Amino acid sequence: MSATDVYRAPALSPEGAIVERHWRDLAARRRLYTIGGLAFLFLALSGSLWFANETNAGKFFDRLPYIADFFAELKPRDWLDPVRALFDLPSPYDDGSLKFDYPEGRVYLTQSIYIPEYFHRMIETLNIALFSTLVGSTFGFLLCFLAAGNITASRWLRFATRRFLEIVRAFPEIVIAGFFLAIFSLGPIPAILAVSIHTVGALGKMFFEVVENADMKPEEGLRAVGANWVERVWFGIVPQVLPNFMSYFLLRFEINVRASTILGAVGAGGIGESLRLSIGRGHEAKTIAIVFLLFCTIVAVDQFSAWLRHRLVGRQAFAYGRGE
Amino acid sequence: MNADAINDIAARHPDAFRRPLWKRYATPIGILLCILYTFYCSWFFSVAAVLEKANWNLAGAYLADWVSYEIRPDIEFKDNYLTIDYSRFSKLGSNPNPDWVGKQMAVIERRVEAAPAPAIATNKSSQDSFMAPGAPTAEKPAAPSDQPAPAVPETVRENAVVAATVTLGNGQIAVTPNLVTVTRGAESVIFDIAKDSSVTPRTPLPDWIEQRRPGSTAYVSFGFLGRAEVQNDEVVAWRRFFGWANFVFDTNSPFWGKPFGEVASLIVSGPRIDPSRSNAALAWDNVLNNAEWQHGDVWLKLLQTIVMAFVGTVLASIVAFPLAFLAARNVTPSRIANQVTKRFFDFLRSVDMLIWALFFTRGFGPGPLAGMSAIFFTDTGTLGKLYSEALENIDDKQREGIRSVGATPAMVQRYGVLPQVLPVFLSQSLYFWESNTRSATIIGAVGAGGIGLKLWEAMRTNTNWANVFYMVLLILLVVFIFDNISSYLRRKLMGTVANGNDERRVSARSAAAQIA
Repeated sequence: MSATDVYRAPALSPEGAIVERHWRDLAARRRLYTIGGLAFLFLALSGSLWFANETNAGKFFDRLPYIADFFAELKPRDWLDPVRALFDLPSPYDDGSLKFDYPEGRVYLTQSIYIPEYFHRMIETLNIALFSTLVGSTFGFLLCFLAAGNITASRWLRFATRRFLEIVRAFPEIVIAGFFLAIFSLGPIPAILAVSIHTVGALGKMFFEVVENADMKPEEGLRAVGANWVERVWFGIVPQVLPNFMSYFLLRFEINVRASTILGAVGAGGIGESLRLSIGRGHEAKTIAIVFLLFCTIVAVDQFSAWLRHRLVGRQAFAYGRGE
Repeated sequence: MNADAINDIAARHPDAFRRPLWKRYATPIGILLCILYTFYCSWFFSVAAVLEKANWNLAGAYLADWVSYEIRPDIEFKDNYLTIDYSRFSKLGSNPNPDWVGKQMAVIERRVEAAPAPAIATNKSSQDSFMAPGAPTAEKPAAPSDQPAPAVPETVRENAVVAATVTLGNGQIAVTPNLVTVTRGAESVIFDIAKDSSVTPRTPLPDWIEQRRPGSTAYVSFGFLGRAEVQNDEVVAWRRFFGWANFVFDTNSPFWGKPFGEVASLIVSGPRIDPSRSNAALAWDNVLNNAEWQHGDVWLKLLQTIVMAFVGTVLASIVAFPLAFLAARNVTPSRIANQVTKRFFDFLRSVDMLIWALFFTRGFGPGPLAGMSAIFFTDTGTLGKLYSEALENIDDKQREGIRSVGATPAMVQRYGVLPQVLPVFLSQSLYFWESNTRSATIIGAVGAGGIGLKLWEAMRTNTNWANVFYMVLLILLVVFIFDNISSYLRRKLMGTVANGNDERRVSARSAAAQIA
C-alpha cells in the first residue's frame, strides 16, 4: 500500500472536460439559486413575523405564558358538566345565569322527546353545507359544459363562462354573506347563498376540467347517428364523468361544512355562532361540548366522504383523464 | 338486423339490457331525492318567510352604493324663505354650493322672537348654508349672545333664499316656501304645501311618485339618478353620482377638490402649505389618513392578511416536513410512530380553523398572530397528511439504488427520496398558500387579524358599501397576483421533474381538488 494507490480520476478527453465544466457551472448556479431562494424566504419570514407581532394586540412573548392559562380556564367545574351541556341536562351549578342554562334551547319534537340545542345547531350547519353544495353543484353542472373546450365550440361563450366561474370563485364569501345579511337580516339564508355562490365557481372549474379530459368516442358515436347537443352531452359525456363529479361533490361538501361553521361564527346561525358566543363569554363546559361535537362531526363527515369516494372512483380518484 | 340477432345481443349482455330496477331508475330517484331535500330545507330554513320579509329595494340601493354616492340637500320651509342644508359630513366639504342646486335670493323681512338662542342659530345657519357665497355678512342682524333676551318680537331684514331648484338629470324639483314643482321628463306635478300640516298634489300622481295617505309625505323616484321626499316641513333630495367620492383626498385636506395638475404642481414646486414638512409628505399623509377611505389602515390590514397566509403556510410546511417522514409507512418502519403522527395530523385538521382562530384570538388578542397560528395549526395537519401520502407513493427503485452503493440512512433519504418528493411538497405548499390567502380573509372576521374584520365592520354599518367594494377589489387583485405567482412557480417546479411519473402530478392535483 502506498500513496499512489489513492483513487485518481482518469484524465478526461477535451470534450469530456468541457462537459464536466458545464456541469459544474450548472450545479454552481443551481446552488446559488437555492441558497438565494432560501435566504429570501428567511428574510421574508422574519420580516413578516416581526410585522405581525408589531401589529398584533398582544405581543407574542408577552402573551405566550398566558396561553396555557386560557386552556386552564377551560377546565369545567366537573367533567360531567360538558356532557350535561351537550345533552341539555340541568346542571347542579345552575345559578340562573347564562353559563349553566343548559336546558334552555331544547327543540321539542313531542312532549318529552327533544333534540339538544347544540345537536340542532349542528344539524342546521350540516344542512347549510349540504343544501348549498347541492345548489352550487347544480349550477356548476349546468355551466361546466359551456366552459369545456371539447363540448362548446363557441370561444366567446367558453371565455365568458370561465371568467364568470373565476370571479365567482375568487369573490370573498364573507362579502356575499354580509351583503345578504343586510337584506335578509340575521339567519342562515345569507350563509347558504354565500356558500352556494362560491361552490358554483369552485365546482364549475373542477367539473369542466373533468369534462375536458373525458373520452370523446361515445360523443362521436352519438354525433354520427345524428344526436343533438343535449343528447350528446347527456348520453355521451355525463355517464363517464358522473362518478368524478360525485367525488368532487363530496369533497366540496367536506369543505363547505367548515365554511358554514366559520360563516356561522360571524352571524349566520348554526353551531359556529354558539361556539363564538360560548368562547367569548367564557362558558367552559359549553365550549368543550361544542368543540367535541364539531370535532366528531367533521371526522365523521371526512370519513364518510372518503369511504364513499373510494367506492365511487376507487383508487383512481382524481387520476381520471390525466392520460394515465 | 332481425329479432334473433337482437335477442342474441340481449342474451350476451345481460348487464346492459336487464339491469336491476333501482339501477335503471337511479337518475330519476336521485333527482327526486334532491327535490325532496330541497323542500325539506326550504321548510327547515323557512325560506319563503325570509324571502317575503327581504327588503329588495334596499338591495338595489346597496348595490348602487358600491359604485356611486349620494348627496343630500335638505330644503327646509320657513315662513317666507327657505334654508338649504347638507348633512354634516357631506362629501362636498364644509361649504357646499353645487351648481345643480339653484338658488334665488331676495331681501325679506322676518320676525325673530326669543332673542339670543334663535339669533345665534340664525347666525350660524346663514353662514353655513343659505347665504350666497360672498354675500356681505355684515348685513346680518348683530345680536350679541350675552345680552339679556328681549321679550318683544323683533323684525329683521335679511338676504335669504326664496326659491331653490334641484336638478337631477332630466328631473327637477323647484321649491318655494309654499309650492313644490316636481318634474321628470315631460311630466310634472305641483304640490301645495301647508307648512307643518299637509302636502297636496294638484294633479293625479304618476307612478314615479308615491303618497301613502292623502296629505302625507310624497316619495319621488328619479331612478338611478336619485330620489326625493316632499314633506310638509322640508324637501329632501338625494342625488346620486357615479364613482367614489373623495377617493384620494378627503374634504379636510388642503389638496381636496383641486384638479390633478394643480395638485401635482403644488407637490413638485408649490410653496409649503404646512411649514413643518414638504408638500409631498403632507399629500402622502393626507392620502393615508383619508377619513372616508382610510387607505393607510386598509393597506395595513391587507398586508396583515397576506402575511398571515404566508407565514402560516411556510411554518406549517416546515413543521409538517419532518413529521411526514415519521408518518410515512415506508420511511419509518415503526407502526406506532406512523399511527401516532397520522392521528396527530387528523386532530389538527379536524379541529376546525375557526376553532383554532377563536382560541388564539383569546390567547394572543386580536391581530395577525392569532390568524397565522390558526392557519399554521390547521395546515400542519393537512400538509402533513398530503406529504406523508406523497412519501408513501414514491418509487422504491431510486432508494434501493442509493442503498446498494452503501449510503447511510440519512443519505438514502437525501438522494433516494427527497428528489422525488420535493417538487410535490413545494407545489402542495404553494396551492395552500394560494387558498390560505382566501381563507385568511374569512377568519379575520372573527377577530383573527387582517382585512376580514374591517370588511365585516364596513358591511355591518350598511353605509360604507363603496369601501366594501374597494376592499373586495383589493382582495381580488391580491388573490389574482398570488394565483399567478403560485401557478408560475408550480409550472417551473413541475417542469424540472422528468415528464414521466404522473403519479406526482396526480397527488398534487388531489391537493388542489381539496382546497380550490
